[in-house]
Amino acid sequence: MRNYEVTFIVDPVLSGDEIKATAKTYIDQLTALGATIVYNDEMGLRQLAYPINRRTTGIYYCVEYSAINGDLISKIELAMRRDERIMRFLTVSLDKYGVKYNDDKRNGLIGSKKKGKAKAAAPAAPAPAAKKAAPAAVATAPAKKAPAKAEEEE
Amino acid sequence: MASRDDIKFLSNPNIGSSRRKYCRFRKYGIKYIDYKDPSFLLQFVNDQGKLLPRRITGNSLKYQRKVATAVKRARHLSMLPYVTDQLK
Repeated sequence: MRNYEVTFIVDPVLSGDEIKATAKTYIDQLTALGATIVYNDEMGLRQLAYPINRRTTGIYYCVEYSAINGDLISKIELAMRRDERIMRFLTVSLDKYGVKYNDDKRNGLIGSKKKGKAKAAAPAAPAPAAKKAAPAAVATAPAKKAPAKAEEEE
Repeated sequence: MASRDDIKFLSNPNIGSSRRKYCRFRKYGIKYIDYKDPSFLLQFVNDQGKLLPRRITGNSLKYQRKVATAVKRARHLSMLPYVTDQLK
């Protein structure tokens, strides 16, 4: 079994039901093609970094699934390419670290992604010690992480 | 008369000793770089959205390649811009 992850952006102009239906179409299609859905992450409405088809926002979905081989990817991508409700898509194969990362993120082990990275660091080097040792370049990193964390908590 | 102790600090003693760069992925055991996390990837691009070289970030080659891939994926998914000004 191999693990894959497909992220796609749905047109935000559609109504809420239509958006859900679009996502469901692809999840059903994946299941029909013999894939096992590991997780369906609805990332919600996000601001795009640059406009796509004159839209400045998009609804992100990320579906993690496992399949025996990659034959179904071309089918699902062809369907997405033809679908004008999908603005962008990207299929990525996950290595064991990617699977573990996604798993941890789901279990809240990583909680917000940032926290997880900090936590992963903790066993190797306790946070205060790491801070002392860390040069300015990385000392700024936790500071950057802090606002992001706050936003996610909100 | 100036004693030896006074003379010692006539120049900044910290100038010569540069901090050693290191790979944060190696150090903190981060094995996977998430392309869906633009705020993290922002640390590896300059304010035009261009990838920073290893000589500045200090990443090891293995992880610099992963960072580059992640940034490119994030750009495709419109999480990071391809071209911009004043990103940070």
